[in-house]
Amino acid sequence: MRFEGSNTYVATPDLMLAVNAAITLQRPLLIKGEPGTGKTMLAEEVANALGAPLLQWHIKSTTKAQQGLYEYDAVSRLRDSQLGGKDGERVRDIANYIVKGVLWQALEADKPTVILIDEIDKADIEFPNDLLRELDRMEFYVYETQQLVKAKHRPIVFITSNNEKELPDAFLRRCFFHYIKFPDSETMQKIVDVHFPGLKKALLKEALEVFFELREVPGLKKKPSTSELLDWLKLLLAEEIPPEALRSKDRKVAVPPLHGALLKNEQDVHLFERLVFMAKHNR
Amino acid sequence: MLIDFFLHLKAAKLPVSTREFLMLLEALRERLAGHSLDDFYFLSRACLVKDESNYDKFDRAFGAYFNGVTEIPGLEAEIPEEWLRQLMKKHLTPEEKAKLEKLGWDKLMEQFKERLKEQKGRHQGGSKWIGTGGSSPFGHGGYHPEGIRIGGDSAGNRTAVKVWENREYRNLDDSVELGTRNIKVALRRLRRFAREGAAEELDLDGTIHDTAQNAGWLDIKMRPERHNKVKVLLFLDIGGSMDDHIKLCEEMFSAAKSEFKHLEYFYFHNCIYDYVWRDNRRRHAERFPLHDVMHKYGDDYKLILVGDATMSPYEVLHPGGSVEYMNEEAGAAWLQRLLDKYPRAVWLNPEPERLWDYRQSIQIINNIFGGRMFPLTLEGLERAMRQLNK
Ligand SMILES: Nc1ncnc2c1ncn2[C@@H]1O[C@H](COP(=O)(O)OP(=O)(O)O)[C@@H](O)[C@H]1O
Ligand SMILES: [Mg+2]
Repeated sequence: MRFEGSNTYVATPDLMLAVNAAITLQRPLLIKGEPGTGKTMLAEEVANALGAPLLQWHIKSTTKAQQGLYEYDAVSRLRDSQLGGKDGERVRDIANYIVKGVLWQALEADKPTVILIDEIDKADIEFPNDLLRELDRMEFYVYETQQLVKAKHRPIVFITSNNEKELPDAFLRRCFFHYIKFPDSETMQKIVDVHFPGLKKALLKEALEVFFELREVPGLKKKPSTSELLDWLKLLLAEEIPPEALRSKDRKVAVPPLHGALLKNEQDVHLFERLVFMAKHNR
Repeated sequence: MLIDFFLHLKAAKLPVSTREFLMLLEALRERLAGHSLDDFYFLSRACLVKDESNYDKFDRAFGAYFNGVTEIPGLEAEIPEEWLRQLMKKHLTPEEKAKLEKLGWDKLMEQFKERLKEQKGRHQGGSKWIGTGGSSPFGHGGYHPEGIRIGGDSAGNRTAVKVWENREYRNLDDSVELGTRNIKVALRRLRRFAREGAAEELDLDGTIHDTAQNAGWLDIKMRPERHNKVKVLLFLDIGGSMDDHIKLCEEMFSAAKSEFKHLEYFYFHNCIYDYVWRDNRRRHAERFPLHDVMHKYGDDYKLILVGDATMSPYEVLHPGGSVEYMNEEAGAAWLQRLLDKYPRAVWLNPEPERLWDYRQSIQIINNIFGGRMFPLTLEGLERAMRQLNK
């Protein structure tokens, strides 16, 4: 199995190499990068390209490692036991109240799967360590039913992080790691191409220039990312804004049209407008 | 050969482990990198470097090691572990060989490294077991690993700029960039959550679980509440020479505010004297005597001072030295008082560490702090947090 990129996702050679290393050696791949650099989408694309089912696990601050294996739904069992009646039978077998987690589903699947553990850094600091053994061995024990769950096929595991917390060394040593660098202009053109095939060259050129310049504005709370660029392009197209409008003829600085799609933070919009205003009056 | 590369990375202070090195060997054996050095660069980086803040360091180390190398023929073919072991054994004394099985790889690599160092230190000339005529085993123009074709002296063999030579990850190096997010990560080292004190909180999951296990008889479980018990007392210099560092300090401050429930902060100018203040616009109207502050916040608070410590020595050492008002006691006395009360204390300095030696006042204050002054970089912040946790 090899991932060669796809026609809906632009993967640089270094990213592709890391993905294939993870697939071949069957070790998790940890992906970091600014928001919007395609970390989540990568797992979807790889699963798609390999024809493997994707099992997603979106992590929240309250997520526990155990939930990825299974949960014992004690509340339902309690309710059933109070109701009595025809549910009486059900109550007796604890197995009826075991809810399978993502990892369990992956381990018992009939073909290799792709697991996405998205935004692992949201969870408690102990979370990655709690998963070490299971990710290593791809097996675990269900105490309630005294059953060993073992991998039929080792899943391919992608883990993303936004760097909110440091991850433990023991965990890191077991993973391949790749940091998705913010796309340079050339890569960004390819990404835009994937989303808007046939976009006019002139418009793309001007738009990218505005976009990358905007990212350089010092002091922004949130730099516009790929998603914002794509949203903005969609608006430009819908409003039929011509490329010339993105830069005025006299080469004077100006606020680009529909810039609200690029700057989502109100403070940033104010800052930007003020900077443009100042620049104009300094000429 | 490859093991030298590994040791070279270690010598360059990259936190690489044997486990990861073996992973790289495995990947090479699977032919994941072809003959191209670019592929080898990407692959070794994915195996060995687990934090983008170390990418730049890796780039430099990689560049230094493979300086002039254009191709690695057949690298993927035969680097089985067995071969590696053979190589190691060749260089070990019989006693060490005996220890080999017991020690495990990490230890062994360490020793291997020591041997290399020793040899380099003792006599540059006579390398016995490296067999290169005694050149430095690491770095430029030194020992080149077997099996790797070297570009040689002719500069014509050099290819154009390599990926790692672009140093694209320079600004991710933790001694350079320090954004709010990074600061938060560093400050988190201080967080110590603990369940302590009497049972306070209803353990819902535990209660349900036990009740169900009891076939429906309610069995209430309590557990101690979990809370962040770290308390921080922060003093920030907002004096004139700090203007250059305002953004950094703002970030530091906003990160600290969101990280600690018990954060108390005050401002000062250059050095600390009998008064501090909380609202800079009302600094003259609303002052807090330092004595009161120290009285109010117990010695379980950790003390962090942030300032460039750049002033005339007079301002630290003499009564009346303050630029703001007539202080009866020298700043040094007040600093000492603070340190006596708060044993866990650090000074964070936004000025680059290499400049410290040239500023007398920085040295004086660092002395008063017993060397607990750290640069306001990610790496410095981490050292400081470690100090505070002692
Ligand atoms: N390399 C890429 N190829 C194609 N589209 C991309 C790429 N990177 C980002 N995108 C676009 O940006 C959006 C955000 O990506 P996402 O995976 O959610 O980012 P992240 O998880 O890193 O925050 C995607 O839905 C996609 O439209
Ligand atoms: Mg995402």
